[in-house]
Amino acid sequence: MNTQRHRFDTVIIGSGLAGLRASLEAIKGGSVAVLSKLYPTRSHSTAAQGGIGAALGNEEPDDPEWHFYDTVKGSDFLGDQDAIEYMCYSAIPTVIELEHMGVPFSRTPEGKIAQRRFGGHTKYFGAEPVRRACYSADRTGHAVLHCLYEQALKNRVQFFDEFQVLDIVVENGVAQGVIALELKSGDLHLFESKAVVVASGGFGKIFKVTSNAFATTGECLSILFEQGLPLEDLEFFQFHPTGLYKLGILITEGARGEGGVLLNGKGERFMERYAPTLKDLAPRDVVARAILREIMEGRGIDGKDYVHLDLTHLDPKILEKRLPEISSFCKIYLGLDPALSPIPVVPTAHYAMGGIPTDKKGRVLRDVDGSYVPGLYAAGECACVSVHGANRLGCNSLLDTLVFGRETGTDINRNLKDLSLGKIPPHRVDKVIAFLQFLRSNKGKERVATLRDALQGIMMNKVSVFRTREGLFEALEELQVLRDRFQEIELMDKSGIFNQEMLSALELYHMINLAEALVFSALVREESRGAHYREDFPERDDVNWLKHTFVYKTSSGIDYKFKPVVITKFKPTERTF
Amino acid sequence: MSPSKLYLFKVKRYRPNLDDRPFWQSYEISLSSFDRVLDGLIKIQDQLDPTLAFRKSCAHGICGSCAMKINGVNRLACQTLVKDLPTLIEIEPLPKLPIIKDLVVDMSPFFEKYEKILPYLINNEPPPERERIQNPNDQEKILEAITCIQCGCCTTSCPTFWTNDKYLGPSSLLKAYRFIYDNRDNASLERLQKIIDEMGLLHCHLALNCLKACPKGINIPAHIIKLKKFALKKALRRK
Ligand SMILES: Cc1cc2nc3c(=O)[nH]c(=O)nc-3n(C[C@H](O)[C@H](O)[C@H](O)COP(=O)(O)OP(=O)(O)OC[C@H]3O[C@@H](n4cnc5c(N)ncnc54)[C@H](O)[C@@H]3O)c2cc1C
Ligand code: FES
Repeated sequence: MNTQRHRFDTVIIGSGLAGLRASLEAIKGGSVAVLSKLYPTRSHSTAAQGGIGAALGNEEPDDPEWHFYDTVKGSDFLGDQDAIEYMCYSAIPTVIELEHMGVPFSRTPEGKIAQRRFGGHTKYFGAEPVRRACYSADRTGHAVLHCLYEQALKNRVQFFDEFQVLDIVVENGVAQGVIALELKSGDLHLFESKAVVVASGGFGKIFKVTSNAFATTGECLSILFEQGLPLEDLEFFQFHPTGLYKLGILITEGARGEGGVLLNGKGERFMERYAPTLKDLAPRDVVARAILREIMEGRGIDGKDYVHLDLTHLDPKILEKRLPEISSFCKIYLGLDPALSPIPVVPTAHYAMGGIPTDKKGRVLRDVDGSYVPGLYAAGECACVSVHGANRLGCNSLLDTLVFGRETGTDINRNLKDLSLGKIPPHRVDKVIAFLQFLRSNKGKERVATLRDALQGIMMNKVSVFRTREGLFEALEELQVLRDRFQEIELMDKSGIFNQEMLSALELYHMINLAEALVFSALVREESRGAHYREDFPERDDVNWLKHTFVYKTSSGIDYKFKPVVITKFKPTERTF
Repeated sequence: MSPSKLYLFKVKRYRPNLDDRPFWQSYEISLSSFDRVLDGLIKIQDQLDPTLAFRKSCAHGICGSCAMKINGVNRLACQTLVKDLPTLIEIEPLPKLPIIKDLVVDMSPFFEKYEKILPYLINNEPPPERERIQNPNDQEKILEAITCIQCGCCTTSCPTFWTNDKYLGPSSLLKAYRFIYDNRDNASLERLQKIIDEMGLLHCHLALNCLKACPKGINIPAHIIKLKKFALKKALRRK
């Protein structure tokens, strides 16, 4: 295989919000390469609809302290409060800075950044919903992603588009660089650097029904896991309450923020029963479970497996001005005008709260004692700081990508002089080439698509919103079978250029790894907290489980450790909404 | 779900290092009336022919990955329902861009154009402590332009672009508009001059193909006409 070598101070994997925000900081200190398996503006961040949380107080009184409290409570008290406090107080300058860069936020009549309500965001510590989400209609991610990309071009960040990272090289406990495949040529490229930032996004594609884009397959997490580095709190995977029935495409929580309500088959506003104060704007874990309960108890629409999101009572101007995108795709995909008919919805796999453990500076942790891997950083959805704990609040992910993306870049600049340029040893390159050759030459009866469907089915049926020990055990066994079947894989495409079958096989290999680590984490945690709900342990158990799970791959299988939660201001209390 | 129906997908293919020139390959698949052309392509890739290559990401018309020519019209595969097409569906790559493989074209010539128009907000005044004010009327001017997803449907449908690959094309002109009419930007004239110098504004002959091609329904010609009038008013010409 042809190989080329590049040297940069910083190499960033991913051109979503986290990667781009990090690049804008790191470029102030040295050379920066951003690698992405997609053209930058195709990154999943562009799909974010609803908004970014910041207590600007433009529409009504708000306070970062309330944002801090809501995030802690939303996280079911598993978020680390020092990090959450930092994020919520940084939110205001972060959003103002975006505005100065050119993000076309929607505006109030006076021309200030407009804000709307979102799930779990309240005033006066939980009293009632507050307008905190800063938005650009229902295309917030698109508006911010394009703007950051423009800024990165302006600041001469170098882009390597459609380069798929196959290995993140950590040797002697230090980050050395990354190995990537250029899709257009089929060549391998080695990027040696002083710092590596993983900003590769989530992994919703391990589930069958998801709001996530096709590329959110999580291979970078698995690549680190395979090297013995830990993954944190993987058991917490958020299901968003309102995905379009059967399609999984997201209807933003902003739709409920603008006044939309959920109705069951009897036409009842059932959230009033589950969350008397916040109702339809309770946090997502609560609403997703409520919807599925209604369905399980026979109160879906016509007894079927969905409920309605009703926007028909809203002023049509609101749909037109603030929710144009969702209105348009309801019309396109369902032939339904949300101004006239309710939208059929069901929870959809949406967001990974867990991921690569980092500290507040974005440094990747190697252990629960806080020791880290010099030169290795992670930010965005792939990382776990942890600001979302057991359940993320809407609008806090974009905030997380931006705040900690920037922190990562800042820390790199601070440390560049002490970091040395990495070296990728030949055995790492050989290993990558050997795996590609295995994929291209292996003979057997298994197809990528069949195995991927099987994986997604297992995760959807046994590891989604409601979990049991039995189901999780079965899932683990079935995943082991899948792993064996993977050895029997045979590709039809043997070519080198844009071989999508081979790329899917690579992603699948890592998705099985990640799925296994997730199921294992879910088995370990014998309580229910946030998005992790165990029917056999339905209560939250702070005495035994107020701690983060770290899972590791060892030579004898997966192992785990625990890390204490940082609690500063808000002591865990019962969580009612 | 609705009953399914058989569709014939005729796909223009090209496999680098194997084919001298593109050729047509047909696939027969059954799809429901809710399925999109993208679902059809995925089904082909999963069940019939994993060697077929095409781009996809968001699957709901917001990322711009899946632009291709479907029954003679540039559009997004993820936003085109098969029920709205005849049962014979012909799919080709976007025109006039180098083909890498099958439906995957090299978009770099497209993106290079956009880099020429200073595609970022320029405002060298020290920023205020809070946001810059943009009242809703000011924002209204750019509201359509900011929804562009840079899929390339418009530029590759433009006859001027077909005959002159240096032409900036509707997509870049729209991007220029987005900044020129942003009240927070201070480089309107500089950018306007740039799109005149760079084989841009003056080369648009209003063939209006872009009007039909835009999957986001942006009235691109209206934006370009506004730019032309602005240039006229400022008496700007090519340097
Ligand atoms: C439909 C939808 C709506 C949402 N709405 C909101 C919202 O309103 N507010 C909010 O706060 N959050 C929202 N979220 C969540 C939020 O959008 C994401 O969590 C966030 O955008 C993730 O950003 P990121 O930068 O971490 O990753 P991404 O944007 O996913 O980017 C990942 C990048 O990594 C690259 N990559 C991955 N693997 C590789 C590899 N192996 N090699 C090379 N490159 C690689 C990809 O190409 C991509 O560039 C929403 C999510 C969805 C799905
Ligand atoms: S896949 Fe994103 S626009 Fe079609």
